[in-house]
Amino acid sequence: MKRLNYFMIALITGLFLVTSCNQQGNNSNGALSSSAAEKVYVAPGEHDDYYAFISGGFSGQLSVYGLPSGRLFKVIPVFSQDAEKAWGYNEETKPMLNTSHGFIPWDDSHHPDISQTNGEVDGRYVFINGNNTPRIAKIDLSVFETTEIIEIPNSAGNHSSAFVTENTEYVVAGTRFSVPVPQRDMSIKEYKGNFKGALSFISVDPEDGEMDLSFQVLMPGFDYDLSHPGRGASHGWFFFTTYNTEEASTLMEVNASQNDKDFIAAVNWKKAEEYIAQGKFKTIPANYAHNVYDEETHTATSTMKKEVRVLDPAECPGLVYFLPTPKSPHGCDVDPSGEYIVGNGKLSADLTVHSFTKMIDAIENQKFDGEAYGIPILKFEDVLAGTVNQPGLGPLHTEFDGKGNAYTTFFISSEVVKWKLGTWEVVDRKPTYYSVGHLMIPGGNSRKPFGEYVLAMNKITKDRYLPTGPEVTQSAQLYDISGEKMELLLDFPTVGEPHYAAGIAADLVKPRSKKIFNLTDNKHAYATTSDADVRVERDGKEVHIYMTMIRSHFNPDNIEGIKVGDKVYFHVTNLEQDYDVPHGVSIIGANTSELLIMPGQTETFVWEPKQVGVWPFYCTDFCSALHQEMQGYIRVSPADSNLDLTWSLGED
Amino acid sequence: MKKEKILMFAGALLPLLLFVFPLWKITLEAPQYPTPLGMYIHINDFSDANPHDIKNINLMNHYVGMKYIPEAIPEFKIFPAGILITTLIGLLIAFKANYKWYLYWFILMVLLSAAGLYDFYLWEHDYGHDLDPKAIMKFTNPDGSVMGFQPPLFGTKDILNFTAHSYPQLGAYSLGAGMGLAFLGFLVGRKKNKQ
Repeated sequence: MKRLNYFMIALITGLFLVTSCNQQGNNSNGALSSSAAEKVYVAPGEHDDYYAFISGGFSGQLSVYGLPSGRLFKVIPVFSQDAEKAWGYNEETKPMLNTSHGFIPWDDSHHPDISQTNGEVDGRYVFINGNNTPRIAKIDLSVFETTEIIEIPNSAGNHSSAFVTENTEYVVAGTRFSVPVPQRDMSIKEYKGNFKGALSFISVDPEDGEMDLSFQVLMPGFDYDLSHPGRGASHGWFFFTTYNTEEASTLMEVNASQNDKDFIAAVNWKKAEEYIAQGKFKTIPANYAHNVYDEETHTATSTMKKEVRVLDPAECPGLVYFLPTPKSPHGCDVDPSGEYIVGNGKLSADLTVHSFTKMIDAIENQKFDGEAYGIPILKFEDVLAGTVNQPGLGPLHTEFDGKGNAYTTFFISSEVVKWKLGTWEVVDRKPTYYSVGHLMIPGGNSRKPFGEYVLAMNKITKDRYLPTGPEVTQSAQLYDISGEKMELLLDFPTVGEPHYAAGIAADLVKPRSKKIFNLTDNKHAYATTSDADVRVERDGKEVHIYMTMIRSHFNPDNIEGIKVGDKVYFHVTNLEQDYDVPHGVSIIGANTSELLIMPGQTETFVWEPKQVGVWPFYCTDFCSALHQEMQGYIRVSPADSNLDLTWSLGED
Repeated sequence: MKKEKILMFAGALLPLLLFVFPLWKITLEAPQYPTPLGMYIHINDFSDANPHDIKNINLMNHYVGMKYIPEAIPEFKIFPAGILITTLIGLLIAFKANYKWYLYWFILMVLLSAAGLYDFYLWEHDYGHDLDPKAIMKFTNPDGSVMGFQPPLFGTKDILNFTAHSYPQLGAYSLGAGMGLAFLGFLVGRKKNKQ
């Protein structure tokens, strides 16, 4: 048997040598050409060149990868509870998941986008949309944590989101499903003409980044699928693809696919600002949550907002125009110059590219082809810049390399196709494995893409990895696009479904990443920043433990006087001020997750002891050489016990 | 003004830079500290090389029973006074006395510096050897004696998983340069006198 193994190894090695020789022969770019493995190899201890923020889709989260290595660094909890990080479990972050429908432990996260300054990604924030219960979240890249979530009223299936304008003036969220506005009890059959599609413009404060739902444009009852901002000359405009211009409400796969052309809606948001300033808006009642996590109190608050300003495009001339675009376009992508608007007509064999200059010209000359619900429709031929003929089947999304090339994914034919802006000729095509959705070039939604790699995100992997039962991983594939032809470098699995991603040069983010929270800045209402303040207080049946943790003990670590039926709050402060020394804590029978507390931070979990006894708690993150000794006991007495509260550390 | 007088004048003033720049620095390197821990010793203070370093050095050292680095030590009062007084004496000598006094000032400074270093050594020895009997981890030398954790007075030394460096800083160099200038002043003065 052993001999056979050696034989096999020899044989395989032999074959490998032969194949590698062949491959070298095939890609003869001279002695300097390197192998795919070398291009993605980041040596131990070295850093990747790019951050990739990849959406988790139905996981509700956002994962952080390095490129070109494809290594996973962190899964940032956004819309879904995460027991590992106590997100949505501890008292501090529960308000982050509050909505007008109450506490929601999950969402479907789709499209991350990085904040921009002067049309270039600046690495301050990542915005991402929750699709199911419409929300927009902001992740602060100094801490890689979700620090703000705003719910979007009048919206449903928050899909054409969360894309930012050139100076992060707005993060924009469009509804996929049109709904009655305001919501009311009515027959579904009365959809046509009665349902509305809200496009929401959420302003971002230039100083502290705080989001505020500035206004909504109430559009006809189509489905608003994807969107992208204008840039350069087209800065001030926002473009949305639509489907279901038929306004069907049942058997959509057939009934929403009847029109030969749907629209790209061009929204002039600078004009919208003028109308708002002139008071031409209506304020309508609404109910939506605005949740903010404060870095100094380490605590989130949730505020319900009660109204929203809306603009009706029929009453606001010049606010919206429709650009006819073939066959239920999906992706709506704007090139780095801002001149070309690509409509990826997913049921069309061709790619349609509109010209911003032509659009403005057609508008100025009032060359309209009718109207829909008071919104002028431009003539297809008047705004068309060109067509990429028959590049593949099922075009979904396009990104740009900043060198005059565009890259489009084709879902049905499972490929990425590279084509030239202006000449519309196909330059190259490479297969994906399989059924690619979005693709991402770092900085791809900006004036200055880093045109080195494209990341294709696949919906289906089948046999690409070791099988893991019926449910297998989804994946991303990295291609080198520095040359004329694309080169597949790497496959790597993703967390959840990677809908879209945003990438940025690591150097723009790395220096701002915090190492610790300063204890002196901790303003948590229940913080214990020195051992002198350690205490346990009773308030009726509520008990508050003001506890500290530092290598390698809790203070206090012996507590007596807790009774069955008490509600015990552990307010635990990590006194460490060293990089990468978190401590965790939990106790037997806690009906919640552990806490994972960063240096300088305070977090709280609730324990409701149900049984008499002496119950241990311990540090859940291997923190130090004495980690196993980092533990304590709590004595729980019967409900009618008269034992006073006592607490101690190190008393024999 | 005569050349030696200028030298003595500058020499007497240079040690004042000790009020601006640190005297000494102790650095602790270990694989899990890609940014080493470090502590500056000033004539009137201990300070972090990077934020929270002293706190983190204390946290490390408590495992082997070492005491916390104190907030203040008596030397923080004595050293500044010593520097001020010797500077004053130096200036008086520069203005009033002849070159021979430059040598006496130099010798005074050598003696005082040596005393300072010896004091530093004593503190380090105590810091490294006066260990808590309930120390979490106790280490012994090959000969069975209790292992000490005294950082080097000058130079580099391996202590368990750490490599400790101990080197003078700009303040100490200023003091040394001041003394050197005074001595040079003396040599210049003597040469002129012989002519």
